[in-house]
Amino acid sequence: MTAETGIGAAVKRKEDGRFLTGRGRYTDDINQPGQVHAFFLRSPHAHATINSIDVNAAKSAAGVRAVYTGTDVTAEDVGTLICGWNVVGKNGEGHLAPPHPVIASGKARYVGDPVAVVVADTLAQAKDAAELIDVDYGVLPASADLATTLDAGAAQIHDEVPGNMSYDWDLGDKAAVDAAFAGAAHVTKLEIVNNRLAPNAIEPRAAVGAHDPGTDQHTLYLASQNPHVTRLVLSAFHGLAPEHKLRVVAPDVGGGFGSKIFIYNEDVFLTWASAKVGRPIKWTAERSESFMTDAHGRDHVTTAELALDGDGNFLAMRVDTIANMGAYLSTFSTAVPTYLYGTLLAGQYKTPVIHVNVRAAFTNTVPVDAYRGAGRPEATFVVERLVEQAARETGVDPAELRRRNFIQPDEFPYQTPVALQYDSGNYEATMDKALGLADYAGFAARKAEAAGRGKRRGIGFSNYIEACGLAPSQVVGSLGAGVGQWESAQVRFNPTGNVLVFTGSHSHGQGHETTFAQIVSDKLGIPLENVEVVHGDTASVPFGMGTYGSRSLAVGGSAIVKACDKIVEKGRKIAAHIMEASVEDIEYDGGTFAVAGTDKSITTAEIAFAAYVPHNYPLDELEPGLDENAFYDPANFTYPAGCQICEVEIDPDTGVVEIAKFTAVDDFGNVVNPMIVEGQVHGGITQGIGQALHEGVVYDGSGQLITGSFMDYQMPRAGDLPSYDVDTTVTPCPHNPLGVKGCGEAGAIAAPAAVMNAVTDALGIDNMQMPATAEKVWRAANAG
Amino acid sequence: MASVSLTVNGEAVSAEVEDRTLLVQLLRDHLRLTGTHVGCDTSQCGACVVHMDGRSVKSCTVLAAQASGADVTTIEGIADGDTLHPMQQAFMDNHGLQCGFCTPGMVMSAIDLLKRHPGADEATIRRELEGNLCRCTGYHNIVKAIRQVATAG
Repeated sequence: MTAETGIGAAVKRKEDGRFLTGRGRYTDDINQPGQVHAFFLRSPHAHATINSIDVNAAKSAAGVRAVYTGTDVTAEDVGTLICGWNVVGKNGEGHLAPPHPVIASGKARYVGDPVAVVVADTLAQAKDAAELIDVDYGVLPASADLATTLDAGAAQIHDEVPGNMSYDWDLGDKAAVDAAFAGAAHVTKLEIVNNRLAPNAIEPRAAVGAHDPGTDQHTLYLASQNPHVTRLVLSAFHGLAPEHKLRVVAPDVGGGFGSKIFIYNEDVFLTWASAKVGRPIKWTAERSESFMTDAHGRDHVTTAELALDGDGNFLAMRVDTIANMGAYLSTFSTAVPTYLYGTLLAGQYKTPVIHVNVRAAFTNTVPVDAYRGAGRPEATFVVERLVEQAARETGVDPAELRRRNFIQPDEFPYQTPVALQYDSGNYEATMDKALGLADYAGFAARKAEAAGRGKRRGIGFSNYIEACGLAPSQVVGSLGAGVGQWESAQVRFNPTGNVLVFTGSHSHGQGHETTFAQIVSDKLGIPLENVEVVHGDTASVPFGMGTYGSRSLAVGGSAIVKACDKIVEKGRKIAAHIMEASVEDIEYDGGTFAVAGTDKSITTAEIAFAAYVPHNYPLDELEPGLDENAFYDPANFTYPAGCQICEVEIDPDTGVVEIAKFTAVDDFGNVVNPMIVEGQVHGGITQGIGQALHEGVVYDGSGQLITGSFMDYQMPRAGDLPSYDVDTTVTPCPHNPLGVKGCGEAGAIAAPAAVMNAVTDALGIDNMQMPATAEKVWRAANAG
Repeated sequence: MASVSLTVNGEAVSAEVEDRTLLVQLLRDHLRLTGTHVGCDTSQCGACVVHMDGRSVKSCTVLAAQASGADVTTIEGIADGDTLHPMQQAFMDNHGLQCGFCTPGMVMSAIDLLKRHPGADEATIRRELEGNLCRCTGYHNIVKAIRQVATAG
């Protein structure tokens, strides 16, 4: 039974049936009796004083129930949006976090900043009424350019933040790094812009707020990756309702990629206003609103240097980065360019000393926060572009230079100079498998053949590492996190032998309903179809931390294993009683409890029945029932790593970059469902290729969002991409019970460097900033 | 207000709607057929694709009034009872969906694609999916699923 459905099996997904037949239930599909609609009027200016707002005409428009401005909302003491991670800078003080109002009052600081909200019976009425609102703006000069926002003379965005800098942070031994550079035989230096991305889950953010005056219970249906964290923040920081009077439901969620982690203006407003108005209120973002208001990702300007000795050994790395925070600090924004970035700059290599300095800057743009990979793609891009460029400058084969500097399998646990202790890996074996799959040996012949057709072919590597499975609570707490990062699980047998699994993780495409069911099926010997995974509703699921940072299987899955272990432990005692044997003689295997050396046995389903109908049961020693919960706090991060190789072919006449071949070999530790893992890799690679070749948020000098729709922001489409060659190696994670490392972000982390290394190789140039659009590539191909 | 009467998934339906009502709003808000999704506001993402008189259309770009008299099929109307349409089955077999949000439009487009290009090869499938965005799968397994149906005869 479990061989086909247990751990390691490519089981088809349990959730697919409803999604394929149109029976999924996303937030916008939910309608409440008496529901009305909210429309947010947003600032068209990147930086402007709000001198006055006249809402009188809107208030008397057809169907309108209420109109709220920032002044109204502030007066009701709903608090301001928080940043939940305090980064302490070089000056020993915490980051500067200026107030982030739910509805802007006094000043708007980015295009899309909400300035008023209309609540009306229909969405059309709300929109029509919003047209009648007269806002008197005093337009101010904007600071929308990251490269200059810290300069003297840049427009000042917050009175509380002189110079627009939230923090100036560093990590590593600067003096040792400077000394190593002074004595280096070779230094490679690159200026790197990590382009700003719009996350663009295909389901836009959406919410329905409701309040039951009878029970004083608030409910927020929300497209969220972490409903409990949202509930905690809405309760503890916004004071909207005590936690036990607030229910957050994240039903089917159509992709997240980080953007649905955060607590947004709309979440607070709808929870508050639905009680105020006395009606359930729905809001669903239009795509143009998504572009304007979903937290963006990446957006770094970096100078990076790598020092090498005469034999190609890495001596030191020096990195100086300005990271864009946008106009306000989003929920976890500050951690992204620090603890998820600086700590990853060792990559897979034995670079002995590293120093990184990060200045976090405000601009008149939408807030920037975690987007698939979050800091680790930026780190990998710095490391892998530097290494590739160093190989070219020193005339060493890029695979060989990497091989020379890899941390070796017998050197784990390996303490890097940037805080992390890697637990396991075999980087050389992974790269060798990728070299074979990519037919690296045959590349020269393919390049020559392409040249014969007038095409330029290039190849690029990206040997990434990531720190996933967020995270040991005490470690992140010491680094400024405002929350713990354990995960919860509850495994509940019903009397008839089927099982409900409650998880604090949240699935928005990752397939937990299948993967987690496989774990339980495997551990408890229950048919897969008899296991139901429940997630996303704070009313039924134990408090959980949600899904991001490739943490669900490593942390949430481990919690499920712990709960299963408790079930088995209790089962042994019940089995011993029923079979009149001693507990020590009970052997458990795959759902069967047997008395050693006899043919007596009993199944978990029979144990469950006995637990709920305890007529023959050790009631003097054990409680009835079979329902166990567990919390799991990881001992360390997990460290997935791999080698991704991109081969491109460029048409110098058009500048179009064709991905001719893309190979990924990843070490995710043990794999529960290889089909799902491959799918995660495919999706991640595509977002990475998107960053490298297609995507890039553009604000003009006045802070206007130029890429505000799918007609302006180039999402990767099927025709832009090839099919991928994907494989894995396995070094199990030594510190979690499944031996798993996490796979969700790998492609997005690795692929940009692989693509850009290939593009620059094909063009024979040192550097090009992403995205490598046809125009840029054509100019480079036809320069001089 | 406009009076619209049409056939949806084989059943005759009629409704009184505001003139500006889109077909997708008629389906989702009036008929509660929420399988058809809205993912953008510029007719780019394809989450709202349905079949109208046998052709795939983006239902965010058709007025409900324009659909009056038409025969519309949505994702809810293609399975045969509990037996999935071969395209739905192929998406399941090949893990051609993750979050499921683009999936209804993707499946409806794929069915129409193979009607117009029977036996389509990978390049044709990729080109023809130009009007459907997926952020999860990287298209790899979607293309594989459609190829499975294309080569099934």
